[in-house]
Amino acid sequence: MLIYEHSRPGRKGAPQAPISKADLSDIPQHLLRKDRAALPEVSELQAVRHYTRLSKKNFSIDTHFYPLGSCTMKYNPRACNSLAMLPGFLARHPLTPDQHSQGFLACMYELQSMLCEAMGMAAFSLAPMAGAQGEFAGIKMISAYHQSNNDDERREILVPDAAHGTNPATATMCGYSVREIPTLDNGDVDFEALQKAVGPQTAGLMLTNPSTLGVFERQIEKIAAIVHEAGGLLYYDGANLNAILGKIRPGDMGFDVIHTNLHKTFSTPHGGGGPGSGAVGVSARLKPFLPVPLVVEDSGNYRCLSERDAPQSIGRLSAFMGNAGVLLRAYIYMRLLGKSGMERVSEFATLNANYMMAQAKRRGFQLAIPDRRASHEFIITLKKEASELHVTAMDFAKRLLDLGYHAPTTYFPLLVPECLLIEPTESEAKEALDGFMDALEQIREEAKTSPELVTTAPHTLPVKRLDEVSAARNLDLRWKAG
Amino acid sequence: MPFIPHTEQEIDEMLEAIGIKDTDELFEEIPSHLKISGLDGIPQAMTEMEISRLMHKRAAQNREAVCFIGAGAYEHHIPAAVWQLTTRGEYYTAYTPYQAEASQGTLQLTYEFQSMITALTDMDVSNASLYDGASALAEAVLMAVRGNRKSKSRRILLPRTVHPDYRKTTDTIVSGQNIELVEVDYDRSSGTVQLDALKQAAGDDVTAVVIQQPSFFGTLEDVDAITDWAHENNALVISITNPLSIAVLKPPGQWGSNGADIACGDGQPLGAPLSSGGPYYGFLCCSQALVRQMPGRIVGRTTDVDGREGFVLTLQAREQHIRRSKATSNICTNQGLVVTASTIHMAILGPRGLENTAAACHANTRELVTQLTGIDGVRAAFNSPVFHESVLLLDRPAGEVLQALAEQNILGGYDLGMDYPELGNAMLVCATELRTEEEIMAYRTALQAVLAVETPHKEIA
Repeated sequence: MLIYEHSRPGRKGAPQAPISKADLSDIPQHLLRKDRAALPEVSELQAVRHYTRLSKKNFSIDTHFYPLGSCTMKYNPRACNSLAMLPGFLARHPLTPDQHSQGFLACMYELQSMLCEAMGMAAFSLAPMAGAQGEFAGIKMISAYHQSNNDDERREILVPDAAHGTNPATATMCGYSVREIPTLDNGDVDFEALQKAVGPQTAGLMLTNPSTLGVFERQIEKIAAIVHEAGGLLYYDGANLNAILGKIRPGDMGFDVIHTNLHKTFSTPHGGGGPGSGAVGVSARLKPFLPVPLVVEDSGNYRCLSERDAPQSIGRLSAFMGNAGVLLRAYIYMRLLGKSGMERVSEFATLNANYMMAQAKRRGFQLAIPDRRASHEFIITLKKEASELHVTAMDFAKRLLDLGYHAPTTYFPLLVPECLLIEPTESEAKEALDGFMDALEQIREEAKTSPELVTTAPHTLPVKRLDEVSAARNLDLRWKAG
Repeated sequence: MPFIPHTEQEIDEMLEAIGIKDTDELFEEIPSHLKISGLDGIPQAMTEMEISRLMHKRAAQNREAVCFIGAGAYEHHIPAAVWQLTTRGEYYTAYTPYQAEASQGTLQLTYEFQSMITALTDMDVSNASLYDGASALAEAVLMAVRGNRKSKSRRILLPRTVHPDYRKTTDTIVSGQNIELVEVDYDRSSGTVQLDALKQAAGDDVTAVVIQQPSFFGTLEDVDAITDWAHENNALVISITNPLSIAVLKPPGQWGSNGADIACGDGQPLGAPLSSGGPYYGFLCCSQALVRQMPGRIVGRTTDVDGREGFVLTLQAREQHIRRSKATSNICTNQGLVVTASTIHMAILGPRGLENTAAACHANTRELVTQLTGIDGVRAAFNSPVFHESVLLLDRPAGEVLQALAEQNILGGYDLGMDYPELGNAMLVCATELRTEEEIMAYRTALQAVLAVETPHKEIA
C-alpha cells in the first residue's frame, strides 16, 4: 500500500509547519503556483507507521548476513552515526567561516592524514561524493597532469575486462577511449596483451587489486613499470581495499592515484544505495590537481583551500564539501579501530573469505579460481548445477533469501558463468559463515529433490519474483491520482 | 579487537580448515618486499567512551551562531520522526536494491519519492536521485546534449544568475566532452537574465538554456518568456529550483506553454540538515520524451508471478553495469538514505505544510530586508521581486562586516565579492522559517553598530 493510499483531502499532519500561509502578494501572480502539489495528506502517525512497516521489507546488515561481493557489507558501528549527528555538526552551514568551524575542520584534516598513511599516498581530497565520482576525479587528474606536460596525444585508458562497469564509463565521461585488457584463467592480467596495448597513446591504466575475481594481481610491479615507462599513470580502484588494509598500500605498489570507498572499507552506511564517499589520494606529482576543497593546517588553525588557492586543481565536484556527514562517520570509525584495529581488518576479512572458500570446496562446489588464495572475497561458479540440475545462480540467490541470507553478488564479474561473488567481511562470526554454507548445500539438495522449490523462490518474502520485462516495457514510475 | 568477533579457538579451527598455520600465509601471494610492517602513523584505538568525549568537544568547537546564510543550503525545521525512521538499520544498512524481493522497503520508498518530487516539479518522471544539486546540473547538461537531436552545437547557455559553484561543478564534470558552456550576464538593475542577452549569446544554434528560479540572488526570472523563447529556437530548458520554493512558486513543468524539459536542484531543503554541505541529494526530473537519456537508478512498479504489486529497478540498460563505456553516466550509487529522509519529510509536512513553510521563509526574509535596509548605508541591490533570499549592498566591504557580525555569533550572509566583484560591497541574505523576530531585530542592531564604527576605510573615503 502506497503512502498516497492513506491520504485524505484536507487531512493535516502535525504541528510541523507554520499554521497559516504568509502573504505572498509582493510576488507577481504569473510566477506563483496555481494548483497544490499532489503530495500525500496523512497524519504523523500514519507516516511513521507506514515507513516503519516499509523498512521491515528490507534485508540489511543489521538484520541479515549480507555477503554481497565487492560491496563490503560490514558492521556499521552505531556510535559513528550518533556522534556524527551531534547538533554541533548538523547545524553547521557549509559557508560558515573557518574560525567558527575548527572542530569540524580538525576531523577532516586528520581524516585526510590517516588516509594518506593507510594508503601510502602523498595527499588526499575528500571531495568526491561516491566511488564513481572518485574515479572521475582520478581520471580527470591524470588528464590534467598530461595536459600540464603538453602531452596531448594520450587518448586511451586501459581497463582489464574484469573491472567494474564504472571504470570504462568513467574513462568515457572524461573524453577517453577505452581499451579492454583480457584476464587469464588464473585471474592475473594477460601481461602479453597489456604489453601490446601500452604505447604513446596510453594515458593510464585503471586497476582493481585484488581484482574483482578475488585474487591479488601478482605482476603488479611489472604492470606498473611498463605503464610508467610508456609515460602513462596508474589508477587504483579502491573497491577491494578491505582485502589489503594494513598489509600493503596502493602507493607502495606504484599507483599514482586512488579512490577509496569510505562506505566499504571505512564502514559508512550504504543507506539503500548511498550516500557513498570516494575520497581520492595522489602521489606527489599529482598533488596540484586534487579537487577542492582541501583542508590545511597553519600553526594549529585549520582552513579550507578553494579554487583560488589551488589554480591547477581539476576544480569542484559539488556545491560545497562533498558528503561531509559521511566523512565524519569514516573519521569516527578510523579512530575506533586505531592502528591495531585497522591492521586487523584485512587479516580477518581474508580469513573469513578463505575459510568459506575451503568449506565450499569441501562441500563440492566448483570454485572459479580453485588453486589460489582468496582475497576478501571468492567466486563459486554454478555452471555444473545449471547444466545438470537446471537451476541457475539466480535461483540459488533467490532461494537464499528464503533461508534468511542476502544473496551474494550474482553474474559479476561477467567473465565467470553462473557465478556467486561472496564477500563475508571481518565483522561476521564463524557461525554465520557456517550457516550460509549449510544453506547453499541445502539448496543444492533441494535442486535435486524438488527443483521447483528453488526455481520459483523466494516463497517467504513480501513478493515473489517480479516481472522486470513488463516494468521496463510499461513504465510506471510514479503514482497518479484516480 | 574492534568489531571482529572471532575467538582464539575459532581462529584455530578456521586456519586448520584452510590448511595453514597462521594468517600471514593468507597474504603469501603478495610480494613480501611490498608488505608493510604496520600503520605507524595511525593513532591508537579509542574506546566508544573516548571517541564520544572527543567528538562532543569537537562539536562544541564549531561555534553556535544564528544563521542568515542561504546560498544553496537552508536551515529548516525537520520533524523528529524523519531521521529517527531514516536511521533504522533496515534503511541505514541496506544497499542498492539488487535483490528486489528483499528490498521492497527501499524500492517502494523510492517510487514514492519519485511520485512526490514529480508532483512538486510537475514533471513526468524522476530518477532515484543524484549526488547533489550541482552535480545534478552537470548530469542535466549531459542529458540535454544527448537528448536534443535538433541541435548540433552542444552549446549551453548558463546565466551568471545560476549558483557560481553549480557553474564551476558543471564545468569540471562536462569539460572533457566537447561542450560549450556560455556564460550570460545579468541585468544590473533587476538582477535577472534578460531575453536579449540570451538571444545575443545564442548564435545560430543552442542545445539548452539553464534557468535558476529563484536565481542565486533570490530574484525571480521571467521563466515563461525564457522557456517559450528557448523552445521556439529548438533548445531544451533545464530548470534549477529550490524544491521547497515550488510549493508556492510556479513549478518547472508549468513554465511557458510547454514546461521545462529537465528539472534539477538540490533536495536539501526537504529534510536534510545543513551538516557542512552534505550528504544532500540532487533531484533530476524530465519529460517523458527524455526518460531513456536519464542517468542513475529509476524504480518502476510492476507485479510478481502471483499478480501482487511490487517494485524493481528498471531501464537498467542505460546504466554502467550493463552498458559499461556506453552508459548514460558512470553513476552507480545515489543518495538513497537522504532520499529516505526527504520522502518521510514530505509525507509528514504534506502539501500545506510545505506551502506554509515556504511562505514563512519568504515573509521572514522580506522582514529581514525591510529591517536591514532601514539602516543608513544598507540598500537592496536589485529592483525586481525576490523570493526567500536577497542581495544587499553595504557602504563597507561585506567581508569585514560579516566577520564583525560573526564575532557576535551572527552569520549575517554570504559575501558576493569573490564571484560578483562588479556588485561592489554585496552580500546575500536569507531568513528561513526558523528565524524569529527577536533574531532579526538582533541582527539589525548588530549591523547598525558595526556600520556605525568609524573605520580606516571610511577615513580614506
